[in-house]
Amino acid sequence: MSGTAVVDGPADQLPGGVWRDVVGQAPALEVLRRAVADEDAMTHAWLFTGPPGSGRSTAARAFAGALLCSRGGCGECKECATAVDGTHADVDVLATDALSIGVAQARELVQLAGRSPSVGRWRIILVEDADRLTEQSGNALLKALEEPTPRTVWLLCAPSPDDVLVTVRSRARQVRLRTPSVEDVTALLVRRDGIDPTTAGYAARAAQSHIGMARRLATDESSRARRRETISMATRIRGVADAVGAAADLMKIAEEERDKVLTDRHAEEKAKLLATLGAEAGARTQPPHVRAQITALEKAQKTRATRFTRDMIDRALLDLFSVYRDALVVHAGGAVPLINEDSRVVVEEVAQALSAERILLAMDSIGVARRRIDANVAPLLALEAMAIDLTLPR
Amino acid sequence: MTESVDVPSRVPPLVLVSGPEDLLAERAVDSLLQDLRVSSPEVDVIDVEPAGYEAGALGVHVSPSLFGEDKAVVVHGLHEATDALQQDLLDYLADPVEHVTLVVLHGSGNRGKRVLDTLKKSRARVIDCPAVKSDRDKADFVTGEFRRARRKITQDAVQALVEAVGKDLRELASACTQLVDDTTGTIDADVVERYHGGKVEATGFRVADAAVAGEAGEALRLLRHAVAVGVDPVPIVAVLAGQLRQLAKVGGAGRGRSTDLARELGMAPWQVDKARRALNGWSGPGLATAIQAVAAADEEVKGGGRDPVYAVERAILTITRTHGSG
Ligand SMILES: [Zn+2]
Repeated sequence: MSGTAVVDGPADQLPGGVWRDVVGQAPALEVLRRAVADEDAMTHAWLFTGPPGSGRSTAARAFAGALLCSRGGCGECKECATAVDGTHADVDVLATDALSIGVAQARELVQLAGRSPSVGRWRIILVEDADRLTEQSGNALLKALEEPTPRTVWLLCAPSPDDVLVTVRSRARQVRLRTPSVEDVTALLVRRDGIDPTTAGYAARAAQSHIGMARRLATDESSRARRRETISMATRIRGVADAVGAAADLMKIAEEERDKVLTDRHAEEKAKLLATLGAEAGARTQPPHVRAQITALEKAQKTRATRFTRDMIDRALLDLFSVYRDALVVHAGGAVPLINEDSRVVVEEVAQALSAERILLAMDSIGVARRRIDANVAPLLALEAMAIDLTLPR
Repeated sequence: MTESVDVPSRVPPLVLVSGPEDLLAERAVDSLLQDLRVSSPEVDVIDVEPAGYEAGALGVHVSPSLFGEDKAVVVHGLHEATDALQQDLLDYLADPVEHVTLVVLHGSGNRGKRVLDTLKKSRARVIDCPAVKSDRDKADFVTGEFRRARRKITQDAVQALVEAVGKDLRELASACTQLVDDTTGTIDADVVERYHGGKVEATGFRVADAAVAGEAGEALRLLRHAVAVGVDPVPIVAVLAGQLRQLAKVGGAGRGRSTDLARELGMAPWQVDKARRALNGWSGPGLATAIQAVAAADEEVKGGGRDPVYAVERAILTITRTHGSG
């Protein structure tokens, strides 16, 4: 692509330039592009909201690229590329795995926000999980949001406006993203990740248009296997012992995934920290300040592991939920394509075994389990209580 | 299980202590060093921590000392070792030094894999320290502790001890030591009760035992007493859930010897026997209702409800009502 303006294809096709990965968001794109083109339509704080997997961070990063690019977001230049991957000198990204954003982190951001841009037109502060701002850390940001340094732009992301402190929310312009269509996500996987259309279509449908999840399903066999195992829970449970067993299996799947992803990453982090700490060479015991930093890291890692496990379970529950959604479709005799087209046997068995009313009960129970796990109920116990409601008649 | 022997074994020049259970790893190192000191009382022991490790330090540690004593270099945390430390270890393994014993500890994961492989190839002695996780593992651990101390402990007492302080292996180990030091003769459940009966978990188990036996009055009395003395309801709910879970598992597992079943379900044999006795009077649907009641109570005690104690009471009443109803 070249030229001075960003050129799109026909309206129903993928957007172009730096926006090319922001799929299915025509209304939001219009607002953002206007702000790039016309400084009067620009404001210093934006809140991107949208369901998980809708591409909040992708949209915010593309916006950053468009603001910094001399051609308004060509998608080709260094400004565009580095804004999108978060390495641009004038873009600071706060992405956290922890359950909350601390005051110290917030103050650091305020400091960064106070500096003027080094190379570009704007200094951009991107907070990926603004819903994790606490009362205290949110307050630490307020002044900077209210009286910003002239060329500073805040981009905040969160699942929904309700998840963000009112005080923060009220100081930002909202950009609402929607769940992209299965076709949009399929097309994105084909173009961006080079996945064949059939696999891309399966993955987009199975992931219910969650872009990141769709990509994982399309590229990682073990994640497909885990999903199949999760789906099969719907026909496995015939009594209370099976329910307890199924809950244990769901838990195990999540924990194995956690260990696979985090064990080495945590060891790596710790090694890095240890390498930078200036303990006395050959010291036989570690001085207190070293100990304190190690303890802090271990605590953060534990928090992250907890969150990760919960996220994994939640994802599995969404997968399971989709089976019952499909079963309702089958009940209704609809010609709508199933989310779990590849596991049609499971869906049909559920539809045959359960009345529509029982299917709805199962869906409610999955929702209750998600809520409980979010509220700190022991995950295994929450899953057991749910699995009991997924029992099929003998 | 092998009997412990008091004759110190000769320690080879390379030892790998591998596995996530820190307590076992520490003990393995202690016992290696003890053995070393038998043959070499003046051995110079050097601990190497990954924190602040500076490249080349290992080489300094292994170089011969002025007075020519033997050396033992203990490298902690290979699984989080810096690249420099890993490289130094590889260099050392390519050209080991006489009169040096190298002990390397590795918890878990892939980090340090080249060193691990090289150690194994160099025929290091490998000491496994697997995670002590299930109640069965913990019961074996306790039994081993008392056998080492040449003391007798009854099955009941092992059970009571694991229930009361089994959550943390170190606590369990120190409870064993305390019982060995403070008491004489055979240790039975009464002795354990005297020492650890006040623990939250022990209280939780008494409440749960009464509840799954259908004794509403007794379960409520125990619960109120516990709350009155300041026990948090959260762990009590956890124990209730755990007990019902075991009933469901054992109930679904069919016949078979309890030792076989225990292995299959990751439970201790006494737990299988206890669950089997308690299962009289329980039906599948009854257990299902009871588990769901406990899950609801857990949500309330974690902050979803106004009156956490009432939430637990209600769960107990549901459990005792469903007991015997099937
Ligand atoms: Zn550009």
